[in-house]
Amino acid sequence: MANLTAKDFKSDQEVRWCPGCGDHAVLAALQRALPKVSQALGYEKERYVVVSGIGCSSRLPYYMDTYGFHSIHGRATAVSTGIKVANPTLTVWQACGDGDALAIGGNHFIHAIRRNIDINIILFNNQIYGLTKGQYSPTSKFGAITKTSPYGTVEHPFTPGSLVLGAKGTFFARSLDVELALNEEIMTAAALHDGCSVMEMLTNCVIFNDGAHKSISDPAVRAERTIVLRQGEKMLFGKNKEKGLVFDGRKIRVVTVGQGGFTLDDILVHDATIDNIGLHMALADMKGPDYPVALGVIRDVKDITYDDGVRDQVRDVMRSSKIHSVDELLHSGSTWEVE
Amino acid sequence: MQHKVIDLKDVVIRFAGDSGDGMQLTGSLFADMSAIYGNSLSTFPDFPAEIRAPHGTVSGVSGFQVHIGSEGVGTPGDFCDLLVAMNPAALKSNAKWCKPTAMILVDGDAFDEKGMQKAGFKTDNPFTELGVEDRAIIVAAISTLTQESLKDSGMDPKTVLKCKNMFTLGMACYIYSRPLEYIYMYLERKFSKKHPELIEPNKKVLNDGYNYAANIQAIPNTYTIAPVKNKKPGTYRNITGNQATAWGLLAASEKSGLPLFCGSYPITPATAILEELAIHKSLGAKTLQAEDEIAGICTAIGASYAGNLAVTTTSGPGLSLKSEAMGLAVMAELPLVVVDVQRGGPSTGLPTKTEQSDLDQALYGRNGECPMPVIAAHSPSNCFDAAFTAAKIALEHMTPVMLLSEGFLGNGSEPWRIPRMADYPEIKPPFATGALADGERFKPFERDAETLVRRWAIPGQKGYEHRVGGLEKTHAGVLSTDPANHELMVRERAEKVARVANDLPEIQLVCGPAEGKLLVVGWGGTFGHILNAVEEAGGVSFAHFDLINPLPRGTEELFSKFEKILVCELNSGQFLGWLRAQLPQFQYKGFNKVQGQPFLVSELVDAIKKEL
Repeated sequence: MANLTAKDFKSDQEVRWCPGCGDHAVLAALQRALPKVSQALGYEKERYVVVSGIGCSSRLPYYMDTYGFHSIHGRATAVSTGIKVANPTLTVWQACGDGDALAIGGNHFIHAIRRNIDINIILFNNQIYGLTKGQYSPTSKFGAITKTSPYGTVEHPFTPGSLVLGAKGTFFARSLDVELALNEEIMTAAALHDGCSVMEMLTNCVIFNDGAHKSISDPAVRAERTIVLRQGEKMLFGKNKEKGLVFDGRKIRVVTVGQGGFTLDDILVHDATIDNIGLHMALADMKGPDYPVALGVIRDVKDITYDDGVRDQVRDVMRSSKIHSVDELLHSGSTWEVE
Repeated sequence: MQHKVIDLKDVVIRFAGDSGDGMQLTGSLFADMSAIYGNSLSTFPDFPAEIRAPHGTVSGVSGFQVHIGSEGVGTPGDFCDLLVAMNPAALKSNAKWCKPTAMILVDGDAFDEKGMQKAGFKTDNPFTELGVEDRAIIVAAISTLTQESLKDSGMDPKTVLKCKNMFTLGMACYIYSRPLEYIYMYLERKFSKKHPELIEPNKKVLNDGYNYAANIQAIPNTYTIAPVKNKKPGTYRNITGNQATAWGLLAASEKSGLPLFCGSYPITPATAILEELAIHKSLGAKTLQAEDEIAGICTAIGASYAGNLAVTTTSGPGLSLKSEAMGLAVMAELPLVVVDVQRGGPSTGLPTKTEQSDLDQALYGRNGECPMPVIAAHSPSNCFDAAFTAAKIALEHMTPVMLLSEGFLGNGSEPWRIPRMADYPEIKPPFATGALADGERFKPFERDAETLVRRWAIPGQKGYEHRVGGLEKTHAGVLSTDPANHELMVRERAEKVARVANDLPEIQLVCGPAEGKLLVVGWGGTFGHILNAVEEAGGVSFAHFDLINPLPRGTEELFSKFEKILVCELNSGQFLGWLRAQLPQFQYKGFNKVQGQPFLVSELVDAIKKEL
């Protein structure tokens, strides 16, 4: 097996995202993660297929030196599904934006999750339509002022994590575009997960929605307003990890260790692998000002995958059926002879 | 009165009843039995869109017409010799299909006040009211007789009444001298596993119906329809168009060595293709029932990219939803078969009725310059060859292909001489093979000089990494908005489709003189009707198009031999429009019908004679 490096995943195409766009960092993380994944799983480069829909982030396949399919608006998930079911030996990565995956492609998105197809979906969430130059998306904040909402939107946004977990997703992670090391970690975990992995990347659109995630990504406040969840680790956050999450029997609460009678022992330990979707849902739903926004792998549970199910059924029916050729099929059932 | 057995060349029987009365089953059993007996036949199921429309109403009537003969039968027949009407509504909606000499058999029990009222009769004599009182009418108390027949069976009253279609079938079998063995076999096969207790009661009712018909005086004569003589020897079976389509695709999968992938969403009348493919996993077929029509085609496009023989099946409204994705397949130059089993449109239209009105959509219904080969099946069993050919073209020419079927073909059935797969050609997709030179990049849209077909590199193949998608690209696969490149690629994609004709047969006359005043032209499922009409009219030539885009080689030359071309189709003139656009120098006239029903041979004969 070739020893792959990030360079092997870089295509010869010029990257044409705006300077300062959050997508650059996500691409870099992916190009760094895949060599490690390949090493760990013994994958060759030619088994990767990168699929996308339409939008700024959907240009990503052109920048990856792998097999790639830049499909049509909203349909990346359906194309990925077809690729994986048709040929389960391929490893499918998908890039899609919040408009692409949650508006026009919302239906395919939830059904891929429901079926638990073994694909890896990077959801670039910049809360705006960038390629069409600045209209509100299904994740834009209530009241967002954009070109198509000059007086502010009057609709609530989706929280992608709630959608994923509501569809009984088996893997959900969230991160910020700028968290390069964490993103590499998340992408590796997604690659190792057998089933539909959704990685929500909170990205910045420097032109049409600059600072969309600034309230949590600003280095001055990031430690206070986000919490990075890691498997088996205490749920601590804050500049000095002085704050933590506890469960009071009804809901999650933020406490300061050493205050109000709370010790380190009271702090929750993150377990992404437990089946209890309620707790993962509560973690994914946390938002300011009362809670930090959860980053990292929030849920990572085992379940049967659709592509395995299809493959196994074909294998089983091949064994049990009496029909193994079209000639046999044509002569099956009622026939009669004319002499 | 002396009982006579009369030998007939052919006979048309129409079974009609409430949509829960089992008329589709009764009709298909009669058809299958006649096929095995050796008759030629054609069937036409005509049912409502509702699964169980209000009981006893005209809107809930389900019909099944079967035409059997001792010579070639090309259509389900215009009018029937026997109408079986299980209730007043069935009589009301089907009386118009009776020949002047027809026999009408009704379940007298259903003709009570309530039944008559539900069917909307204004008088108490439905036959006079419908103007069919001069036909041979047999009123049998079928419900009561069935109850009587099964009174000792211990079955509950509801199940007992469900057997009345067997009583009817028994009577029909007597009238047309049909052997009952096949139906016994069918009943045993159907019920042996789950409901063995139903086998004997059903057989008993069938027999009692047969004997009842033999005993009453109302049926003076019985009929025989001899098996077809000089039929080509071989093994035969009955097949519906949808089943044949599914099997033709499986055949192409076998001949190409590529697994079949079908991504589809259920829609009438195409669903049976997806259902049929879902059964045959033992031949490696994968079916994905998608969340919507768009996902159906997009999963198929993904499967195609991943190296499968990819298919999506649908009907008119579903095809509309797939338009954008078809454009993607055209642009990415990926093989794909799109099956459209046409129904009455526009919009939801007439879901269970037949039409040929999606042709324009098939030819033009995509954004941009976006040609696709379009081929059409011309009979239920021909769906097999049409599907095979569609897949072969798609795989060998790296293009999506539209296969047009029709509700009439998909649901209709006919006996079929089973072919041998050894007689079918291999399918050889243009796979990209061989090692690339150091530093050499695979150029995904580089074309074969003769066919303009690109090469197919399947993910997983080392060194051939490349990107496809909806954006315009150069031959090397690099994104490009260069004006000259775009025009070149548009022209090349169109020319690639045009050259598909080189691999397919020239147009041939189906019958008639090689030149003359009038050429009758058809396409798709009207083949049998037009052929019968042309033969009846006499002295006229007939050409039928299986290949619509591109038109088959020799079309222009053939047309030039005739003064006038009469294009017969079940729409307002879509094929005529296409022909006129391609070959404007000829004089065309259309004969059109848009009623959700097949042509009648008689109306075609009139139309042809008018032009002579």
